[in-house]
Amino acid sequence: MAGELEQLQSRIAGQWPDAQTEIALGELTVKIGAPHIVPVLTFLRDDPECRFTLLIDLCGVDYPNRTLRFDVVYHLLSLEKNRRIRVKVETDEKTAVPSSVAVHAAANWFEREAFDMYGILFSGHPDLRRILTDYGFEGFPLRKDFPLTGYVEVRWDETQKRVVYEPVKLVQEWRDFDFLSPWEGADYIRAWHEEKGKDTPNR
Amino acid sequence: MSDAPPASVTSPAGEEPAPGESRPFSINFGPQHPAAHGVLRLVLELDGEVVQRVDPHIGLLHRGTEKLMESKTYMQAMPYLDRLDYVAPMNQEHAFALAQERLLGVTVPPRAQYIRALYCEIGRLLNHLLQVTTQAMDVGALTPPLWGFEEREKLMEFYERASGARLHANYFRCGGVHQDVTQALLDDIWKFTENFPQVLDDIEDLLTENRIFKQRNVDIGVVSKQEALAWGMTGVMLRSTGFAWDLRRAQPYECYSDLEFKIPVGKNGDCYDRYLMRMEEMRQANLIMQQCIRKMPSGPVMTPDGKVVPPRRAEMKRSMEALIHHFKLYTEGYHIPAGEVYAAVEAPKGEFGVYLVSDGSNKPYRVKFRAPSYPHLQAMDFMCRGHMVADVSAVLGSLDIVFGEIDR
Repeated sequence: MAGELEQLQSRIAGQWPDAQTEIALGELTVKIGAPHIVPVLTFLRDDPECRFTLLIDLCGVDYPNRTLRFDVVYHLLSLEKNRRIRVKVETDEKTAVPSSVAVHAAANWFEREAFDMYGILFSGHPDLRRILTDYGFEGFPLRKDFPLTGYVEVRWDETQKRVVYEPVKLVQEWRDFDFLSPWEGADYIRAWHEEKGKDTPNR
Repeated sequence: MSDAPPASVTSPAGEEPAPGESRPFSINFGPQHPAAHGVLRLVLELDGEVVQRVDPHIGLLHRGTEKLMESKTYMQAMPYLDRLDYVAPMNQEHAFALAQERLLGVTVPPRAQYIRALYCEIGRLLNHLLQVTTQAMDVGALTPPLWGFEEREKLMEFYERASGARLHANYFRCGGVHQDVTQALLDDIWKFTENFPQVLDDIEDLLTENRIFKQRNVDIGVVSKQEALAWGMTGVMLRSTGFAWDLRRAQPYECYSDLEFKIPVGKNGDCYDRYLMRMEEMRQANLIMQQCIRKMPSGPVMTPDGKVVPPRRAEMKRSMEALIHHFKLYTEGYHIPAGEVYAAVEAPKGEFGVYLVSDGSNKPYRVKFRAPSYPHLQAMDFMCRGHMVADVSAVLGSLDIVFGEIDR
């Protein structure tokens, strides 16, 4: 099984010299530049050694500290070869990723969801509308800088006889407890001890 | 807000058609329709009674599960999994537990593996009983749901006796299951599995050769092999087109490689095939349950790793070390090494996957659920085109969708 995965890795690396391939935890990940995503997905679908015909999942991941803050992650499955592969491209808020709807029809809603949740743009998508959030929703809820509580809340207004939208009012401050053990895991305490002169540990 | 739902019957574009010409008609199916299986709003464009286009509006049950889980420790995140596909809760928990275990490198003791398989198959029965009987109700039969729900009630009692809750079990844990099951419970499940095939026979008597049921389902919602692949279908939807693909067999996880079962495969890819396959899957799940009970080894139901699994309560009362671990695990939780993993299980509806990205802390950095119903509902549009409006509910019923997991 492991040998097969490495064979596949070298096959893809041979075909796409720009791609970074990595095997971790028995899963093959291929990183590729965003402009190449459609040819790569087409190759993975049609190549007789790959045959990744089923798009299992497509989702975004947000890393706000990077210049290209978003990852778009494609999970593909080959029924014929009984294998999985993960393909990743990086992008930011402004650069559109070519849409893969032409390769896998299933990508349609998955791309709409990634757009809805992260604001990732897909060029050439037939119908890039919001999908999961409310009609008229603003903002991209799964971004790391979007607050967990959101910005607006809804309630039924008895006097106006309709649903009204209001800014979120929290009756209690959001409590983000710091449970991290000072012995293991919490790097900021160690850093604070090493760097004498600071009054309080800051994260 | 701005584009609130229009009145229930409108004509698109508002143009007056030329005399003698008909204009397409668009109606809202749902979100308060009994056959919508939850909160689905379908905008149907009709030419007379023939469906021209279907635009599903989803997200009315969106709760932001993935966002919420990013602020919870792994143990606190587990109950959210029950609320995805609330018809078969433990199958979802299984995928999340597997993802964590893969990253941590924890092995699950054999008894826990068999308990998990047993409860996953109970989940399959729960799901298929609901699906088959409500599909029958969607096309006009009232008795099957009454009979099916009686059995579901018994199964949910088994859930309750293992986990304390009928629906939202929160029973699987990273490293095993929360509590051991008693022999009395296993005996009662065994008794259930002996009687259950008779119930299936009764339901089949009502439906399989029923003239109305066949007229409403045969050759309705046909999916070809190519279409199934293009639209990302898995589970029964994929198998109904002729692919013999089941993750329990193709990529066996845990003890499924030791269990014997058959995978029903369809021929025509229509609603009737899917009904027959689900009936057969229930019979197979029943056999798997019997094998699990027969083969269930004795032993622990949790991995002994004290850094992941809280100590037993009795132990906590006597050992200082256990008390510290108990406190830390219920506040800070356990840390999962940085990395990313995709774990999938064969849930009753298809492939349910969890894509977990960990940054090494005690909370998931990103969780993405791959809900099987999501791509299935997406295929509604092409499956319904050219069908009559009455067939929409039959197709929707056979897709087997639950909004908990579509909207997340």
